[in-house]
Amino acid sequence: MSPPPLDPRDRGGKAQPLLAVTGLKKYFHLKSGLLSSAAGVVQSVDGISFTVRKGETLGIVGESGCGKSTTARLLMRLIDPDAGEVIFDGETIGTHDGMSIREMRRNMQMVFQDSYASLNPRLPIEESIAFGPRVHGIPRAAARERARSLLEQVGLDPNLYVRRYPHELSGGQRQRVNIARALALEPRLVIMDEAVSALDKSVEAQVLNLLMDLKTNFGLTYIFISHDLNVVQYMSDRVLVMYLGKLVEIGTVEAIYNRPRHPYTRALLSAMPSMDPARRTTQPPLTGDPPNPINPPSGCRFRTRCAFAEEVCARAEPKLVESDEATLHHVACHMAIPGSGHSAATRGIAEAAAS
Amino acid sequence: MAAIATAAGNGAPLVAVRDLAVRFVSRDAAVNAVNGISFDLARGEVLTILGESGSGKSVTLKAMMRLLPEGKSQIAGKVVIDGNDMLRLDAGRLADVRGTAVSMIFQEPMLAFDPVFTIGQQITETIMRHEPVTHEAALKRALDLLELVQIPSAKRRLDAYPHEMSGGMRQRAMIASALSCRPSLLLADEPTTALDATVQIQILLLLRQLQRELGMAVIFVTHDVGVAVEIADRVAVMYAGRFVETGPLAAVIHERRHPYTAGLLASTVHGAMRGQRLETIPGAPPNLANKITGCAFAPRCRHVVDGCRRADVPEFWPAADHMTRCLRAAPTPLAAD
Repeated sequence: MSPPPLDPRDRGGKAQPLLAVTGLKKYFHLKSGLLSSAAGVVQSVDGISFTVRKGETLGIVGESGCGKSTTARLLMRLIDPDAGEVIFDGETIGTHDGMSIREMRRNMQMVFQDSYASLNPRLPIEESIAFGPRVHGIPRAAARERARSLLEQVGLDPNLYVRRYPHELSGGQRQRVNIARALALEPRLVIMDEAVSALDKSVEAQVLNLLMDLKTNFGLTYIFISHDLNVVQYMSDRVLVMYLGKLVEIGTVEAIYNRPRHPYTRALLSAMPSMDPARRTTQPPLTGDPPNPINPPSGCRFRTRCAFAEEVCARAEPKLVESDEATLHHVACHMAIPGSGHSAATRGIAEAAAS
Repeated sequence: MAAIATAAGNGAPLVAVRDLAVRFVSRDAAVNAVNGISFDLARGEVLTILGESGSGKSVTLKAMMRLLPEGKSQIAGKVVIDGNDMLRLDAGRLADVRGTAVSMIFQEPMLAFDPVFTIGQQITETIMRHEPVTHEAALKRALDLLELVQIPSAKRRLDAYPHEMSGGMRQRAMIASALSCRPSLLLADEPTTALDATVQIQILLLLRQLQRELGMAVIFVTHDVGVAVEIADRVAVMYAGRFVETGPLAAVIHERRHPYTAGLLASTVHGAMRGQRLETIPGAPPNLANKITGCAFAPRCRHVVDGCRRADVPEFWPAADHMTRCLRAAPTPLAAD
């Protein structure tokens, strides 16, 4: 693939991350019905930090309730974070001397899972796509022209589709409209939150091909959130693994899929159905459901389901440490921290798993 | 085609379905959702029906169970389950058969349970409806069932309401409820689709184990090839209301004969495809409100010939247990059109 042309909006150059997230945090306080006193706290996203590099696709995986979608919504400021800093190409979002929320949303857009709920049922799709540009000050005729051109780009013939309403389209077609809508403001970063999960496999493949084409044509950067590990592996350059609001492992797609270090990542990967009738799964890699994110376990949150948990895992929370520089591989597990007090810390996880 | 066994004697298949067709009728349109399905299922066998949304796979299950609304659906053909001619049973007898001969589990257990009764109450009610046992005995059986489906602290869970359980736990409870009267056939309609992968594999392994231990036959509907590979003995690939290919799991995966099966498998993403463009099936499935002549897949098929559109494609049997509805499998090769 040839390098994408230099974006005139680029500020810090190739080396500066497009998005740098530090200490992002969101707790939801539950209220009990009658007295409105706090009944518990869901630590939905608990202090995660990561970067998204220009032109890459960062995959985010984890079970339901791990905070992947909340992370996406925090980045878009659809909900306000409790703490944390988000820097877009050198400019801090939501500060006086940085980038306004409005300007951020011109640079960052999102595609949701439910293709029907995310379109206005009363607007023809042309109007839905042109709505964003018009809000951002583009004249009506020009916005419509852009909508038509985008429909063509996502594989829907504008002459046939511009006047249609969302209910007149199939799920795959609606998701193409949503992608066109997300691109209407010419964003640099697009967040796909389970964007292909509701589609049939044959349609999913069409949309994934489309996303790859658009990425090249528009020089886009993606954050690709999915529970489908196969799709994430296909799409991503780097992968971030979340568990109960924490980032547990991050690295290049090769590192995460071929040399996972966190026991949770390993379990997640071996839960993928085998595609070979001769090699069916015989043993579930994890027992039980993900624990309730209200009042999660102390120390390492995965310890209640982890086969290697020791006393230290309950006592201290493992820090995210670098595991391999070449593959940008970081992991938050006591077994990967020499001297952490875990018996496998010096032996390494592979040996511990073998014994 | 084999004659239908009317009594479930030894050697007779547990399930025999012949020319099952379902048509939904409303004032505006008639949709032919299922267009002639025939198959047999042996005791203890797992058949997976693989297909995309709108292919008619769930409708097939519901028709077998007679769960479709009577006024709006027309069912034709014959369904025999364990000696019961399902489409001709009266309401009372049908209620007896549901639960004892055949029962069903669904994608969303929250909708399958009544939210205002505990799990224990709902399972004991089922048992007492079908068998002359005391409440204590039924409750004891309910507890055994929850243990059978590996629900931790089962005794406590008998008193739980559906909303107090996690998704995976509810799905286990629904399986327990479905198995409460020891059916010889379980119909499973995408029971793992809404679950996380880590929980999905647990439920699949549980179903496989129960099916083996109880000698139960299962018809498992899914859109996910990976799930089919984990659970099926035999696979039926469904398209536009028809089985377009059936055969043993390994044969369908490795020696697929129908272009739709091939397309479905090719467009299922896996890691090894990184960097390659995905193969897709062009176009979309046909609208079943329109009359389809010939092979329903023809408009999307890259191997299409004139013969495909002329008349319905019959069944071809490239092997004794492997069927495909594709002219390319015809014993005498077609003349070039």
